[in-house]
Amino acid sequence: MTEEVAASFDYEIEKDDFKIAGSASSHIKKILKQLGLPNPLIRRASIIAYELEINLVIHTFGGSMRLEVHPDRIVILTEDVGPGIEDVDQALIEGYSTANDKAREMGFGAGMGLPNIRRCSDDFSIRSKLGEGTWIRSEIHVG
Amino acid sequence: MKLKEIKEILDAECLTDEACLEYEVEHAFGSDLMSDVLAFVDDNTLLLTGLVNPQVIRTAEMMDIKQIVFVRGKQPAEGTIRLAQANGIALLATREILFTACGKLYEKGLRGVSIL
Repeated sequence: MTEEVAASFDYEIEKDDFKIAGSASSHIKKILKQLGLPNPLIRRASIIAYELEINLVIHTFGGSMRLEVHPDRIVILTEDVGPGIEDVDQALIEGYSTANDKAREMGFGAGMGLPNIRRCSDDFSIRSKLGEGTWIRSEIHVG
Repeated sequence: MKLKEIKEILDAECLTDEACLEYEVEHAFGSDLMSDVLAFVDDNTLLLTGLVNPQVIRTAEMMDIKQIVFVRGKQPAEGTIRLAQANGIALLATREILFTACGKLYEKGLRGVSIL
């Protein structure tokens, strides 16, 4: 696996900002399209980016998202400033959600986010510490 | 099924460029849960929903959904329509409830996405 990064893009995601939520993922999708990657791969990356972005908006005090495009893989990373996930194993179970009413009004909070991100990833890892924050890394293999 | 046929069946109003009515739809998904749309929808799908916020358009954009029908007489805000236009997404609005809209389209041969 090469460590060369062809391109990287960073996004700041605000807590509770439903008005512009999704704009970072939209940008990520456009970049991947411009790179001429296959559609099924772009779709998976878009779902991952959007679910991660929505999670930052709904569940965190804000954070950052990063897209890395390597010759052989796409990596999407998020890091937030809290509050952290109490039970990561439970959060990965379909249907488990701690989303608030505002998120549910927007159509989210079905407890599908993290399981969907993991399903769309070739490689997925999550670390979280209560009171500190959550770090998620999702990778899709290219080719 | 062409979008213009769907418009007629649901007696719907087209909120975006009428050229979109030539779009072809292969199957449909009816839900107010965008989380489920993100988990279950496949290519070339018509989304029927009662939600009209911008996240519906963002969800459609991510999933390559090119057609949305808003049910229960819901009307999106101008900004939401503009976001759809910018992404080449066609918007229809019908007064039918979700159940009836889906039933009418099913009766005419349109089928749901398979999640099995």
